[in-house]
Amino acid sequence: MAYFTQQLINAITLGAIYGLIAIGYTMVYGIIGMINFAHGEVFMIGAFISLIGFIICGSLGISSAPIAIVLVLLLAMSFSAVYGWAIERTAYRPLRGSFRLAPLISAIGVSIALQNYVQLAQGARPKPGGQVVSGGFNLFTADGFDVRVTWLQIIIVLVTVVLMAGFTWVIARTSLGRQQRACEQDMKMAALLGVNVDRTISLTFVLGAALAAVAGMLFLMYYGVIDFFIGFLAGIKAFTAAVLGGIGSLPGAMLGGLLIGLIEVFWAGYFSSEYKDVAAFAILVLVLIFRPSGLLGKPEIEKV
Amino acid sequence: MGPRLPLMLKDAGLTAFVAAALGIFIVGFRTVDQGGGKGLGFDYHLVDLAVAVVVIFIGRLGLSMAANGLRWPAIVLGVAMIAAGASPMKLPSGFLHWFVALGGVLLVIRAIWPWANDALGAAARTPSGVILGKAGAKWFGWLLLAFAVLMPFSPLADQKTMDLGVLILTYVMLGWGLNIVVGLAGLLDLGYVAFYAVGAYAYALLSTQYGLGFWTVLPLAGMMAALFGIMLGFPVLRLRGDYLAIVTLGFGEIIRLVLLNWFDLTNGPAGIGSIPGPTLFGAVFAETPPPGKQTVSEMLGIAFDGNHRLIFLYYIILGLALITNLFTQRMRRLPVGRAWEALREDETACQALGINPTNTKLTAFAIGAMFAGFAGSFFAAKQRFISPESFVFIESAIILAIVVLGGMGSQIGVVLAAVLLIGLPEWFRDLGNYRMLAFGLAMVLIMVFKPRGLVSHREPSIRLHPAGSGGGG
Repeated sequence: MAYFTQQLINAITLGAIYGLIAIGYTMVYGIIGMINFAHGEVFMIGAFISLIGFIICGSLGISSAPIAIVLVLLLAMSFSAVYGWAIERTAYRPLRGSFRLAPLISAIGVSIALQNYVQLAQGARPKPGGQVVSGGFNLFTADGFDVRVTWLQIIIVLVTVVLMAGFTWVIARTSLGRQQRACEQDMKMAALLGVNVDRTISLTFVLGAALAAVAGMLFLMYYGVIDFFIGFLAGIKAFTAAVLGGIGSLPGAMLGGLLIGLIEVFWAGYFSSEYKDVAAFAILVLVLIFRPSGLLGKPEIEKV
Repeated sequence: MGPRLPLMLKDAGLTAFVAAALGIFIVGFRTVDQGGGKGLGFDYHLVDLAVAVVVIFIGRLGLSMAANGLRWPAIVLGVAMIAAGASPMKLPSGFLHWFVALGGVLLVIRAIWPWANDALGAAARTPSGVILGKAGAKWFGWLLLAFAVLMPFSPLADQKTMDLGVLILTYVMLGWGLNIVVGLAGLLDLGYVAFYAVGAYAYALLSTQYGLGFWTVLPLAGMMAALFGIMLGFPVLRLRGDYLAIVTLGFGEIIRLVLLNWFDLTNGPAGIGSIPGPTLFGAVFAETPPPGKQTVSEMLGIAFDGNHRLIFLYYIILGLALITNLFTQRMRRLPVGRAWEALREDETACQALGINPTNTKLTAFAIGAMFAGFAGSFFAAKQRFISPESFVFIESAIILAIVVLGGMGSQIGVVLAAVLLIGLPEWFRDLGNYRMLAFGLAMVLIMVFKPRGLVSHREPSIRLHPAGSGGGG
């Protein structure tokens, strides 16, 4: 029981990170119907900017962890958002109206380019860092096994919940959210009614990238080491989460993230850690085969 | 031009500003291990970044000038950039020299593009131009084939060139195989390398464990890969295009992870070594014959030469690739080939007309997988060592890029793209990671500027209204 609880806590933490990335996939898919394959790389870049931010904070002598975290968070979110904007502007916008697979192929190109760009600029070695929060407390002890919650895990879940709530509010209540939903329903009609479609899509990418950057920062703090390749796996898993929850649905992305976190952690904890990535991929394949609209998604009807 | 200039300057300034924001942390602060347990520190590259931002400003300005008809100023800027890049002036890094010079070259090309386009277009419109164009397309393939057949006997054929030839032909074959799936049937397969891996491991295991020869295993490997294609394809081919892409990517990764972790069968990350090479009528390519075998030089009564093996491999892969091509050309004329192309154009309409989309797609998927299996077992026989490292996602992406760059569905385009994407970077191997960076950017640029590929010959084999009298291509 103690072991189970411990795994559950770890899984929720991991699931929160996947959920944050998954939101970016799900929003972009909802609005323009493309899989933003480069989203995982934005997450990776967010993690790198956070790493650099933490080192800068360290050299400026900012020793208080909360201040450092908030500063780095803002830094990573704003500069990764520029990446999201630039990717959409250069690699996807010119392709609107091209044949259906064109944006996906372009996205793969962006993904390869960004990976090698970071590898060239920052080196291929894994980079340690970002461990500004340590310690935790024992929740309870059973069967001689301490169930431990670290402060970091609490921060991760807290940050995720706050961002999720804020985000749901943006989508539901603000004019930007209304424009996004309008574009999702019918882009041409929205444009006719005065919604600036290009701007709305750009902002969707910006928001998604900012959330991915948060996930990147949390990932760095949680694992303490990153390299230029983390975006690929994390991206695929987050995409799986988005599909599992029902692509296009915000709560679905969060639920999917949690489920993927649970599956991965419990698989590694109870079966074998070698095959935990296989489990994630297998889930992706199974969901797409048996329930392509996901848990909370709406079925899609394709017309000629 | 007067009032436009401030706008162009503003646009260039904005671009430079975005570039600076993109680069400031990732490029400007390179994290390096300081050693001695002090953790990470910085190696500052802010000057490089500043130079690059200035170059981007000038380049963007030149591009908008060219787009607004100010060709001469754009050419002057481009030439100035080339001169700056080529000059002995000291820039902070060698990369920046290339960056500036290449930017200049691109700018000049962009500026003279309309002229070149007009000239080409005018030439193509004249009657002799039309005839030349058609004849050229027809003869170009035959010329290439003649060159490929005669290449090993030409003075060009040193070991490096032959190696490169074998590599390019392997990718040509993979490209043609994937072309069936992506180009003809319109299914985006991001896990194609999985079938390549199945073929390679099939040969490696059957030859090292059971002593089977290359020519026995070759058809088996193809069948095995096709079987995998059917097994994987059957449940997922009902999915929409982009979902299918991700699922095939997932399958590709699953196969790689299984190869990596199933230690008893595949020897894990250490891979399988000492795989026997292909034989010629039972004779092996070696200086001294292994017990009970004959070497080719003994059989033919010629002196041993290490190059013979390479020439033999070259002709095997050339033959395999040509079989792939011929097969595809014939399939395109069969009902199932026509159904592939029809499905690519409009799936819902096909369904309404009574074509079973799943079965039709499945044949394309399985046949594509089969050719990957052939290529895989050739790869194992050539390398004599395989490990899961050779079958990563990036390989699938490269093969896909070859198909896309060639113009999906075009056979000759695949050849040109393979030469371009595999041949050129192989010559510039020293460029290392810049190669892959350029590769990714090229994929984006092709999609943006020439989404139908370099050759753009993606004609359906049959159409109701012949080309030119309405209807899209």
